[in-house]
Parts: sequence; structure tokens; C-alpha cells
Amino acid sequence: MSKRRVVITGLGTINPIANNVSDTWNGLINGQSGIGSITSFDTSDLPVSFAGEVKNFDANEYMGKQQARKLDKSSQLSIFATEEALKDANLNTEERLGPNVGIVFGTGIGGIGSTEQAVRTFDERGASRINPLAITQLMPNSSTGQVAIKYGIEGPSLTITTACAASANAVGEAKNMIQNGIVDMVIAGGTESGTTAMTIGAFAQIRALSTNNENPKEACKPFDKDRDGFVMGEGSTVLVMESEESAINRGAEIYGYVAGYGATTDAFHITAPAEGGKGAVVAMRKAIADAGLTIDEVDYINAHGTSTPANDKNETAAIKTVFGERAYEIDISSTKSMTGHLLGGGGAFEAMVSVLTLKNGVIPPTINLNNPDEECDLKYTPNNAIKKELSTAMSNSFGFGGHNGVLVFKKN
Amino acid sequence: MEVNEVFDKVKNLFVDELGIEAEKVTMEAKLEEDLDIDSLGIVEVVMAFEDEFEIEIDDEELTDVGTVGQAVNLLHSKL
Repeated sequence: MSKRRVVITGLGTINPIANNVSDTWNGLINGQSGIGSITSFDTSDLPVSFAGEVKNFDANEYMGKQQARKLDKSSQLSIFATEEALKDANLNTEERLGPNVGIVFGTGIGGIGSTEQAVRTFDERGASRINPLAITQLMPNSSTGQVAIKYGIEGPSLTITTACAASANAVGEAKNMIQNGIVDMVIAGGTESGTTAMTIGAFAQIRALSTNNENPKEACKPFDKDRDGFVMGEGSTVLVMESEESAINRGAEIYGYVAGYGATTDAFHITAPAEGGKGAVVAMRKAIADAGLTIDEVDYINAHGTSTPANDKNETAAIKTVFGERAYEIDISSTKSMTGHLLGGGGAFEAMVSVLTLKNGVIPPTINLNNPDEECDLKYTPNNAIKKELSTAMSNSFGFGGHNGVLVFKKN
Repeated sequence: MEVNEVFDKVKNLFVDELGIEAEKVTMEAKLEEDLDIDSLGIVEVVMAFEDEFEIEIDDEELTDVGTVGQAVNLLHSKL
């Protein structure tokens, strides 16, 4: 029996570039950076003062203060992105989606801002003054639960916390759920709102972040010789995924196909990638095979491309190992150069970028790539978008913990 | 403090702290059904009352509180 095909019929996003899919796409293909000096808290004691923050989002105005104050920002953003995705898929957001719809969300650090706030209150005023909503805000599955409540999603639910691979894993697991006939539709996505003083400070402590405070928009330079770390970003992206049959039956417009998924674990080091990207190599091969493709049929790679010295070098090596000489012909880009690193929200965002790249026939660029690094010598689409008809795309996501999640998309 | 003064303070708390629409907050309003304050919300309300009126409220005292008016009367009796 052939496997059921899985399609994407709705997209929604809120991220450092824009607060909807169409403006985000236009920003990406025009090389627009969403990164800037941090405005939401005082950074004077921090070694890093910039990030990719969501802009022009007032949760009180969007969902009403009574509801907004119950949710961590990561969940507020999840609901915002889900609303756009469901409407885009032509689903009725006023009706419960019911038991034949599942939900899989990825996040790296969940409601970390709410955790910090609760700790501060506890230290300053004692246990009896802790916000009674703290637990429901800080738990990593909060977004999954809140989105499910809002839209009546009664099928299986999962929250995946494989750091920066989380929402790639979410899209992959959602694909498998649909392919295996468990449900006909899954709302899959990722969210992160970890741009807090503590997390910036802590990531800076492990020298993971760029410290280019003078030029935030130029700080994230994947594959460039002068790259010096990633840039924190926040946002949520949501995909409506369903069986091809379900989409056809309800006359939904199809963006593209989630065709392959490969997941592996380095089992090597909690932050550093395995030498040569060993775990990433196997994940890419598995995803390509799962999609029923050969290495000659992958047209575009949306790289993990974080702009850290270690990732970009090892990811490049891994791509060469997988594709051999063909690695030099494949168009690659890292859209993190514009969004920053959305952590657990990155995989879903880049899944969206991958299907839009196929649908629109335009490859978004890797901005700030000016000084080539001899160890990073592939076609990274530096600085300018390229118009090109493509059939397949692969999206890489790798997370602290050694988690590798790779997705393959087909246009038809 | 008069009952109507307690009500005004309670109403302000509900509106400013909890984001509830002002016109919904009447003496007759049911906390759960009319104001959408669930079991978690009740804990918040109690904390807000304790801070505002500088009193302590035991869980047992809340057993019979289902409306704004009943909350106002409880607070009034403790002041």
C-alpha cells in the first residue's frame, strides 16, 4: 500500500520580519533584516544588546487583556500565527476542529519569561505572592494546550522540545501522524519568546551569540568568514498539514508537499555538533530517502546556518558528505541571516520558507555574506534573491542536545 | 469603609488588574459565568484583594463566594 501524501494548506507566522506570511515573504526576498537593538528590556548589564524581536504586537489589543495576561508571550504568538494559518487554509476558526485534527508544536524553552517573573516574585515577596497562573504559563506544552483549547483541537497532541530542532521535528512527526492515518489533519508549528535578559546573558556566557552590538542588522552572517555567533530571535510559525485526499475533498489550495523527514541524534556533545556533522549527514540521507528522492533530485537547501563558527563549518561539511560533488551545484541559503535564530520556532519558519520558495520560484538570500570562508565554499545565495524554478527543497534544523531534524518538501 | 466604596475598589481591581470589561462588573455578576474567572483566576482575585485591602483571606471563607456582591460583603466584613 502506498503511503498517504501530506500537503500544506495553510501558513501563519509572526516573526522579527513581519506579522503575516505575505509581508514576511516579501521581506525575505528583499533581504530585509528583522534584527535590531532590544527594546523590551534594559540591556545595559548584558554583553549583547540586540535580537530579532517581534514588532507591533500588542497582546492586550489582539486578544483582550483578560486573556492576554493568562498567557506567556510564546503562547500569545502561537495563537496569533495559528489564526492566520487556519484562515489561510480556509478553515472556520469559530468551529471546533474536533477529534480528527491533531496538534504538534515545538519550542526550545517554553515560557521562560514567565518562569523568570515567577522566580523574581518568589524572591521578592515569597511563595504566597507567586502568580497562580505561573505554572500554566511556563510549562513548555502551554502553547500546544492553549491553541488546542482555542480551536477545539481534540486529536492527539505533542509538544517537542529538541531545542533548535523542535519545530522541524514537530512538522516531521505531524507528517508521520497523517501519513500513518492516525488523523487527517495536524496543526504543526513552533514558537519561541526567549529574548529575556537572563537567556541573552546565559547564551552569551557560552559564547554562542554574536556580540556585534554596533551593527545589529549585519551581525548574523551565516557562512561568512567573520561570523561570530547566532542572534536570538522570537516568533511563531504554524502550518496546516493534511492528507492530500483531505485537502482535495474540501477543495483547499495546496502550497506543497511535506515529503520526507529524517531525525537523528549526535550522542556526542550537549552543544557542539559532531565533527563533520555526522548526525546531520544521516538525518539528511534519511529525509531524502523518506521522500523517495535521490541526492541528484534535491534542488534547494534551507540551511540551519546559524552564523556560529561551528555550525556553519560542520553543516557545510555534512552537505558535502551527503551530496558529494553535487553539493557545489545546489542552491543553499540561511534565512536566519534575516530573522535571527528563532530557536524552537525556527524549524517551522524554515519549513514555511521552503514551501514558499518552491511555490514562488524565488530563493531568498543569505544576507551579510561578504567574506567567503574557505571552509564554507558552497552556493549560499549571498545577499540577493535568485529567481529559479525548483521542484524540491530540504530544510535542516539542529539543536543543542545533538538533535537533528531534516525535512524534504516537494512542489508537486 | 462603606459597602459601595469596597465595591468601587473591587471593580477597579477587576478592570485594571484582570482586564475585565467595566460594564460587566456589577454586584450581581457571577464570577465564573459572567466574568470568566475560573479556579485559577479566583486565586489571583484573592491575592489582589489581600494586597489592596491588606487583609488575609482563608480558602474556607471563599466557599460561599460566587458573585461580586458576595465578595464585596466578605471584604466589608473583614475591614
